[in-house]
This record gives sequence, C-alpha cells and structure tokens, in this order.
Amino acid sequence: MSILSLIIKREFIAKVRNKSFIVMTFLGPLLIVGMTFLIAYLSSVNKGEIKKIGVHDTAKVFVNDLKSNKDILYIDLSSMPIEKAKDSASNGYEGLIYVPVVQNVDELAQKTVYISDESPKMEFLSHLQGTIEAKLNKENLKKLGFDADKIEKAKIKSDIQVAKFSGEEGIKYLNEIKIFIGFAFGYLIMMFIIIYGNMVMRSVIEEKTNRIIEIIISSVKPFQLMMGKIIGTSLAGILQFLIWILLGGVIMFAATLFMGQSQEPVATAQMSAEQAELAMSFTAKIQMYLNEIPVATILAAFVVFFIGGYFLYSSFYAAIGAAVDSETDSQQFLLPIIMPLMLGVYVGFITVMNDPHGTVATIFSIIPLTSPIVMLMRIPFGVPWWQLVLSVVLLYGTFIFVVWFAAKIYRVGILMYGKKPSWKELYKWLKY
Amino acid sequence: MSNILEVQNVVKQYGNYTALNNVSLQVPKGSIYGLLGPNGAGKTSLIRIINQITMPDSGVVLLDGEKLKPEHVQYIGYMPEERGLYKTMKVGEQCLYLAQLKGMPHEEAKKQLKYWFEKFEIQGWWDKKIQELSKGMAQKIQFIVTILHQPKLLILDEPFSGFDPVNANLIKDEIIELNKKGTSIIFSTHRMESVEEMCDYIALIHKSNKLIEGKLEDVKRQHRSNTFEVGVLTNNIEGLMVHLTQKFTIGQTNFKSLNDDLKLEVQLGEHSSNELLSILTQFGQVTHFVEKIPSVNDIFIQTVSK
Repeated sequence: MSILSLIIKREFIAKVRNKSFIVMTFLGPLLIVGMTFLIAYLSSVNKGEIKKIGVHDTAKVFVNDLKSNKDILYIDLSSMPIEKAKDSASNGYEGLIYVPVVQNVDELAQKTVYISDESPKMEFLSHLQGTIEAKLNKENLKKLGFDADKIEKAKIKSDIQVAKFSGEEGIKYLNEIKIFIGFAFGYLIMMFIIIYGNMVMRSVIEEKTNRIIEIIISSVKPFQLMMGKIIGTSLAGILQFLIWILLGGVIMFAATLFMGQSQEPVATAQMSAEQAELAMSFTAKIQMYLNEIPVATILAAFVVFFIGGYFLYSSFYAAIGAAVDSETDSQQFLLPIIMPLMLGVYVGFITVMNDPHGTVATIFSIIPLTSPIVMLMRIPFGVPWWQLVLSVVLLYGTFIFVVWFAAKIYRVGILMYGKKPSWKELYKWLKY
Repeated sequence: MSNILEVQNVVKQYGNYTALNNVSLQVPKGSIYGLLGPNGAGKTSLIRIINQITMPDSGVVLLDGEKLKPEHVQYIGYMPEERGLYKTMKVGEQCLYLAQLKGMPHEEAKKQLKYWFEKFEIQGWWDKKIQELSKGMAQKIQFIVTILHQPKLLILDEPFSGFDPVNANLIKDEIIELNKKGTSIIFSTHRMESVEEMCDYIALIHKSNKLIEGKLEDVKRQHRSNTFEVGVLTNNIEGLMVHLTQKFTIGQTNFKSLNDDLKLEVQLGEHSSNELLSILTQFGQVTHFVEKIPSVNDIFIQTVSK
C-alpha cells in the first residue's frame, strides 16, 4: 500500500471510530426530524388558541362583514358606550376594533382604529384592511348605481400558461424551485466545508499536541500527511452524509406514516392531511420539474465544485491547525476563512434570486473563494459554458496554489511550539 | 572503517538566526556516536536535517556514501526528545501503522512486533489504547516503534528521559545489543555518564558550530592536563612538600583509599611522571598513582565556557 493511502486509511478509521462521530451520525437525523415535528406541533398548538376581538360599530357598517373563524372570534360590543367597551375589551380580549360614527362612510377608510396593547400581526391588519376596503368599495359602487354582485360575477380570474418557443409546455414557479435547489446545494457545500474543515484542523492540532508529528514526518513528507488527512477526513464526511440521507429518509417515511395513522385532535389530523396533500403534489411537481432542470449538470457540478471548494478550504484549515498550539488560538485565523463562505451564501442568495445572470452574481460565481457556493446556486438557471469552465479552472488553479502555500506553513508550523504566531510570522515561514 | 553518515558543511538559517554554521561530522559505521551540546546549540536542527524533516540551506548529507533521498527514511530510526503517539489509537494498530509508514510490509511488521512484544513481555497491551498506558509503558512502545524496521542508523534524542532506572537499563542493554549487531547509533544527550559509558565517538556542538569531534579516547587525550592523583604514606610531609613544590603545581584532592595516606593532585608541567614518582619514593611508600583523565563532563564544561 502506498504511503498516501495508508495515511488516508488511518485518518478515515480514526474519524469513523470516534465516539462523537458515531453519535452524530446516528443521532443527527433523529434530531433533525424531531425538531421538524416539534416545530410543526408547536405551531399547531399556537394556532389552537382562539383570539377574542371586540368590535364597537354603532352604525353597523362592518360588524356583519367581520366573520369569525377558527382563530378569531369577533364579539359585537356596539351596544355599550365606547368607554365601557374599551374597559371590558382590555380584559381577556386581544383587541378592540373601533368604528366611529361619521358623516361620510368613506372617512372610515382612515378613521377606523384597532386598539390593542400588543402590536397586531401584519396578517391580521391586512385582513382587516381588506375587509374594510371591500365593504367601502361595494358601498361606493352601489351609490354610483352599479350592482356590486353583478360586477363580482363579471370578474374573471386568469391562470396564464407558460410555454417555450420550442413548443414544450413550461412550468410555473420554476424559478422558485430552482432557487431552492441551488440554495440547498450551495448551503450543503458551506456546511460541509465548515464542519469537516474544522475536523481537519483539529486533527492537525491533535498531532501537534500529542507530539507524534515529529515521528510521522521523519517517515513521510508533510505534504503527504496533509493531503492524506484532508482526503481521509472528507471520505469520513461523505460516509456520514450518505448515512444521514438514508436514515433521514427512513425516519421521515416512518414518521409520516405514524402521523397519518394517529387519530389525534382534529386540528392536527387536518394539518397532517394538508401536509400529505402538499407533499403529494410536491412530489408530483418534482417529477415534472426534473425534466426542466439540468439535473445531470447540477450533480456533476456539485461533485466538481464540492471537491475543489472543500480541498481549497481544508488546506487553509490544515495550515491554521499547524500554525497554532490549541483550538482557542485559531480564532483570529478562522475569521478570514469563514467570511468568504458567508459572503458566498448571503450575496449568492440575494443576487441570484434577483437576477441569476446579473453582474454581481456572475462575478461571485467565478471568484474561487465564493464560486463553489454561488455557482451552484446559478447552475439550475443555466450558466454559459465559458463561465463554468473559467470558474472551474480558476477554482482548481487556486486550489493548487493554496495547497502549495498551506503545505509551506504546515511544514514549518507543525514543528513550532509555544508561541502564537502573528500574520507577519506566517509570511516569514513561507520563505523558510 | 567507512562512515554510515557524513555531514558536509551544512548551513541552516531560520530568518536571521543561524542554527547550524558550516557543520561537518563523520559517524563511523558501527559506532555509538555521542552528539553533545548545550540547549539550543543546534543539535535538533541537525538531527532534523538528517531525518529529512527540514532541508539544509547548503551543504550535503551522505548516508552510507549516498546523498540523502526520500527512500532513506527506512534506513533511519528516530526517537525525538519530545515523544508522542496517537492517544486514542490501539497499541498494535499504531505500531503497525508506523512501521508501514517506514516501508515495512504488513506481515513482516506483524512478525517483528510479535517478537518485540514477547521480548518486553507486553503481549497484553496489543489492544490497549495509548492513553490507558503509563508514561513509562508508552515510552517502551515508542522505543519498539523506533527500532522495529531494523534501521542501519538509529538516532536517539535523550533516550533515557522518562524511564525509571530499571527500564532505562533495559533500553540501554537493547541499544548495546543492537550496536553489537551492527547498527550505528547517534546519541544526543545531556547525561554525561551515559556518554562516558556507551559512546565510542563524540562531537560537541556549541552556538551553531562544531567545536570537538573524534574518538572518545582521542578527545580525552587532547584534553588531558597532565595531572596525577597520588597517595603516599610518609612521616616527612613537610620535606616532601618542599621538594614537590619546587617542580610541580600541587593541589588538594580526595579519593577512596584504605590507607591513611597523604592525597595530592600534581600538575606535571614540563616534567615527566617518572620524576614525580622518584621524589615520592624517596619520602615514603606510594599507595596511589593515577593520571587524572578528564571526564566528558569536564571537557563539555571547559569547552562551552571558553
């Protein structure tokens, strides 16, 4: 067996046998699924509470249009004087809608007041405004001699079909799906880089603090050791991801089955039915979208950019690990690494959503430090070949340069003990 | 006798600091070679260059007549002063891994390991993790790992630190045994008594320069001070002293003796030892007459404090 494969094997086994790795691998999906259901449950509990809202509308303009539903119960307090209504509404009520008596009903568009100690939800306010507008519109039309019901009937709803010049039928909401897919892949790459880059760093620090490093590098080249570490750790990470995907799928499936069968309170049952329906239509949609989205290109690009990006960043992590004595010292060097990753995710998300082929998105998808993330977000929208090629070439070119640079710092750093190096010193090490 | 290792005009600088200034050494085949020097003299830098951990800025190192190349790592066994092993790895696996890194085939490594584990009676440790072992036990593993691949040249940096006297002796015997079988050994230490006891050759490095190198006896001969320790039984101490001080420089000394004799340290100067002896015999019975040979410790301190 070659030296490199020996090192890869050791690093892989050391990672996989680690207790925290095993725990995270098997508990991770459970935690995520558990969280999902906890959130779903909590939001259903939240919705279960019925809010009482008082209405003081002496002229009876709106009170009949405010329809109670399962979340809100409107109670007519118009019979009491307004001060008393306010008093009683302040106890046990969410709020009070006060409709003053006015000459011209049009004024109510501005003069209606919602009184509450808690700031109201946006959703509720816009619902209230909508009700008022609809009512006033109807009144105005009546005044002008139109039959509001007839106008309502005359209204036509449109549902435009989308098609391509080639003749095939297009699909609506494709962009949203594309953004979702691109963002998921970009985010995945960022998470992988941070988690496993850190693992590489910790493993370098461990060898340093164990003092085994000098024995190892009297047998192998530091470069071999660094590459073996990076590759071995990434293999362990890929294994973990595969297990997560498998386990996550199984648990999700089992949980959905369980939730579907259980006869719990009506609200939950309804919810899960809704969810199931949603999921059904979602899978059906995905089937359709698969034809529209360049799946093969996305997967190929994911692999290419993932490997390039991960190797690029973990070389940085390895160099940092070599430069410091303990993890606490690594913070000042980690910031410049995490910044471009974060920048990639946020800038990518905002600009790609806005315009996938805009200048900013294009530039960020070509700059090597952000390209693995931003380019993956853009790929579902179709990226010109020359940009893809340029981005990959730049990424791998930078990767080779960074590995060379990291190997130099690594070579010197692993034998340096006892002092926290400054940036200036790292620069000096490059020349040793 | 040919040399297992030749270091020729090696220079190593770290920034503005010169760690090795034009250092040359010759380590003869089959010798135990003591590499001495105060802390920070440049010993570790030199050892790291021999192990190809770092490269010299200029100068060459020859192993068995060949210029150092990456394949040579399998002929060298190195035990650094700062020792360590993977704490969470099992002893057996770790030894196998490190042996394979030195180019040993898996089966061969296993066979050798079995031999050494039996020899040190530690077969039960195979599946233990290093963190479960005591420091001394881990040191034994470290030693096995160093010599497992049967290196031609063994470089030991402070090999006895961390061992209790029993284990230190065990390791010392193993080193001597290996040396008898033909392994050349470079030995870097501050423990002068083990140098005295084990080394055939020594070199002294101080402030990045090599100051002394050669066969231990030759070095001692060069540093002899022509001083004799004498013991004499006499009734006429004053007469003797008058005679002696005319020719020689006299000092007080102490050595073990069964007699109640006069103990003196005599510096011969340009006179011969026979002249000293004849004066002594005139005044009484000579019970002790030994040339004072400088110890490695003396030579070390003398050279370094110059």
